[in-house]
Amino acid sequence: MGGDGTWRPSRPHFLASKSRYMASTRALVGLVSLLASLLVAGAAIAGDFATLVANLAAGGFGDREKAIDVLAASGDPRAASVLTALSAGRLYVRAADKAIVIGKPAGNRLALTDAVSGKPAGTASEDDLDRVRVNNRLRGVIDDAVGALTLMSSDTSMRRNAADSLFKQRSPAALPAIERALAAEKDAGVRRAFAEARASIVLASEDASKTQKLEAISVVRSRGDRDAMAILRATSSSADPDIKAAATLAANSLRQTLAVWEGVQNVWYGISLGSVLLLAAIGLAITFGTMGVINMAHGEMVMLGAYTTFVVQQAVRAYAPDLLDTSILVALPLAFLVAGAVGILIERTIIRFLYGRPLDTLLATWGLSLGLQQAVRTIFGPTNREVSAPSWMSGSFLVGQIDVTYSRLWIVIFALVVFTALILILRKTPLGLHMRAVTQNRPMASAMGIRTPRVDALTFGLGSGIAGLAGVALSQIDNVSPNLGQGYIIDSFMVVVFGGVGNLFGTLVGATVLGIVNKFLEPYAGAVLGKILVLIFIVLFIQRRPRGLFALKGRAVE
Amino acid sequence: MITRFLWKGVDRRLRWFIALVLAVGIVPVLLNLTMPANSGFFVPSWMLQLVGKYLCYAALALALDLVWGYCGILSLGHGAFFALGGYCMGMYLMRQIGSRGVYGNPVLPDFMVFLNYRELPWFWHGFDQFWFAAAMIVIVPSALALALGWFAFRSRVTGVYLSIITQAMTFALMLAFFRNDTGLGGNNGMTDFKDILGFSVQADGTRAALYLASALMLAVFLLVSGAVVGSRFGKALTAVRDAESRMRFLGYRVEGYKLFVFVLSAAMAGVAGALYVPQVGIINPSEFAPGNSIEAVLWVAVGGRGTLIGPVIGAFLVNWAKTYLTGALPEVWLFFLGGLFVAVTLLLPKGVVGLLAQVKAGRARSTRTATA
Repeated sequence: MGGDGTWRPSRPHFLASKSRYMASTRALVGLVSLLASLLVAGAAIAGDFATLVANLAAGGFGDREKAIDVLAASGDPRAASVLTALSAGRLYVRAADKAIVIGKPAGNRLALTDAVSGKPAGTASEDDLDRVRVNNRLRGVIDDAVGALTLMSSDTSMRRNAADSLFKQRSPAALPAIERALAAEKDAGVRRAFAEARASIVLASEDASKTQKLEAISVVRSRGDRDAMAILRATSSSADPDIKAAATLAANSLRQTLAVWEGVQNVWYGISLGSVLLLAAIGLAITFGTMGVINMAHGEMVMLGAYTTFVVQQAVRAYAPDLLDTSILVALPLAFLVAGAVGILIERTIIRFLYGRPLDTLLATWGLSLGLQQAVRTIFGPTNREVSAPSWMSGSFLVGQIDVTYSRLWIVIFALVVFTALILILRKTPLGLHMRAVTQNRPMASAMGIRTPRVDALTFGLGSGIAGLAGVALSQIDNVSPNLGQGYIIDSFMVVVFGGVGNLFGTLVGATVLGIVNKFLEPYAGAVLGKILVLIFIVLFIQRRPRGLFALKGRAVE
Repeated sequence: MITRFLWKGVDRRLRWFIALVLAVGIVPVLLNLTMPANSGFFVPSWMLQLVGKYLCYAALALALDLVWGYCGILSLGHGAFFALGGYCMGMYLMRQIGSRGVYGNPVLPDFMVFLNYRELPWFWHGFDQFWFAAAMIVIVPSALALALGWFAFRSRVTGVYLSIITQAMTFALMLAFFRNDTGLGGNNGMTDFKDILGFSVQADGTRAALYLASALMLAVFLLVSGAVVGSRFGKALTAVRDAESRMRFLGYRVEGYKLFVFVLSAAMAGVAGALYVPQVGIINPSEFAPGNSIEAVLWVAVGGRGTLIGPVIGAFLVNWAKTYLTGALPEVWLFFLGGLFVAVTLLLPKGVVGLLAQVKAGRARSTRTATA
């Protein structure tokens, strides 16, 4: 998006034609004062900040308007808060000493702040204060002045936000301020935001020339997001055929760019959903895939992990509130241990008597899942429990036109880490060796001295423990409720069956593919219908490949 | 000839049981209609309604047992067939409301007026005729079972895979029926029924008739199931359950056997659902919930799979316990249900009927040793 080159040459021309925009006297006064502030050394005026503030309270509305403009032109960082208070009717003159104060309601009285120094100035009742009055016209003046002030703010992100809001507001009155800000701006990114805001305003104004508008179109086009699209679409209904053609062309090319971004975004959402599915399904892939045990209570292991996170967070909040951000790191091993221990308990007391009877295992574990749900409901109550995200997992950032939330990004990373760790355990540790041996040939493994019952219990514990880890991750993006696991159990089975039983890489591919397919179907078919279509797709897919995407071959099959 | 076919497969025990079911059907109805309300023998209408519900559940359990107990196909989606039959009946009952609905529209049911439908969706046509609805009650579940079974059995999807697919099927249907734009009542389902065949569904006489019909249905199902299971076909079916590959090597078309029994079972479940709806007075998408289907599996497991009497007994026992516990100790019900799943699979793989047979065999052996 090489938009930078298109606006730079236009700038001198723009400054020269400034007078065209002085339609209202308000803008004229504003401009004069703005120019004055450029010419006169800012510091000299800023030194008189107290006088400028005092002028606000003097005279009638006309005088006040001038005072506002002069104050705004001072560019003083304190001016914005004073003007905002004035606009909100919270600026007062204290009757006793004529000091200008900002009042905030505190009980029956007002807590005062000195407008000049910004320091607390005690409290007073409203009777002892004279409100500095404003009318709607003045409020408009103040809004523009504050907008201009934030454009000059020393904080980069404030300046950028101001530019973005101007880009959407498109108020022609703001044009002089933004041009002044553009001339003074050093930061390349903010310069660009200013240029885009200016272009958007130019397109909205009635008296900009055709060349200016054409240039503005290309600047807006280079911004390349949905807001730019809306502006171009509005411009493409222009009466001027050239502008209309240029805007339509730009809108069309932007539409294509946006379509590509939308595709990329769907892929990202799909990967994000896929990573959740992977986390939920990978433990199942171990118990179902390598042991052939259908564990309908797998979703409840996920739920136990989520509730462990909740309990850990409550404990940290109560005993060490400073460590709240790290509570999730404590919850991870604990959730693994809790879910893993429950898993081993289940294997030793129930499942081991049902080996070779998969349908009975299914029913027994379904019964377990009902019991576990009811147990959690009895202990923690049926309502959703809130697990708050640590600060390093909240918020988001932009990649191109995609909004990437940190929580989703961390879950994708976490899923991959868990997956890699699991692969390493299976390939590089003695336990993994024993597990694979028992899976491939139980009697032979037994003959070689492997204690197969112990391996069974540990395998089941490992699968359940990973479900517990999934619960920690899901607690960040889903409601922690007794029904948490049920929402994932059918999807997880679909992933395992689709990917191919007994193959962890199949589970990885299966989860990702199903996640992406789901997200691509959603815009066309809606979330529910999309899900139904995916289910139908899997049912049909199993017809073609009854053993999944990556089927085991040879003797291992039976 | 048909009667002889039906009679041949039915042994003496099953004959007694069918007679018992018929007695359960007729006697309370007579008591309900003839006894004065203050008599000790009087059976109130709510009791008929409750037991009528159990009879429909028992028919569903019997249908499930036919595929699971005798053919080894554990369907976790039989609730879907039951609910589809129920929805067909619901559509008929909705059309019978006519202009007595809240909005008074002579053609459109209330929920359609509410959702701004202009005219009746195409699949609602014909449901104002009972014969059409009755045909659909059988056809719709059968067609779904035929489609699913044809795909699944042909590509030899068996065991737990099939269970999961059937569960996914009922889950998908539940999601679909929860949508408001399908023209089937959305999440509220269908309710406020007025008439069935011209009789008010609220009237005591109609309730008694529905109860009697449920008992008759169960008796007929027992008879048909007995005939199927006792025939040569049934023997082959059991063989498929026990050694599918071997049957295939012997030249049997295993898919055909499975498909037939699966479709028959789905049709039975659909009829059971159709009689269930007018008795409970509502049908909504939660009937499709996977949990309901698995609960039906538990009825069969508790009673004893692979027997025809077992599922009926199981359905009555579990549902009686459910009615009692959800009323008296609602917290305990899910623990009880969960525990029952575990206990039955671990301790009673043959169910109550199996236990009774074992006890009887044990006693016979002990008496034999005593006389010897």
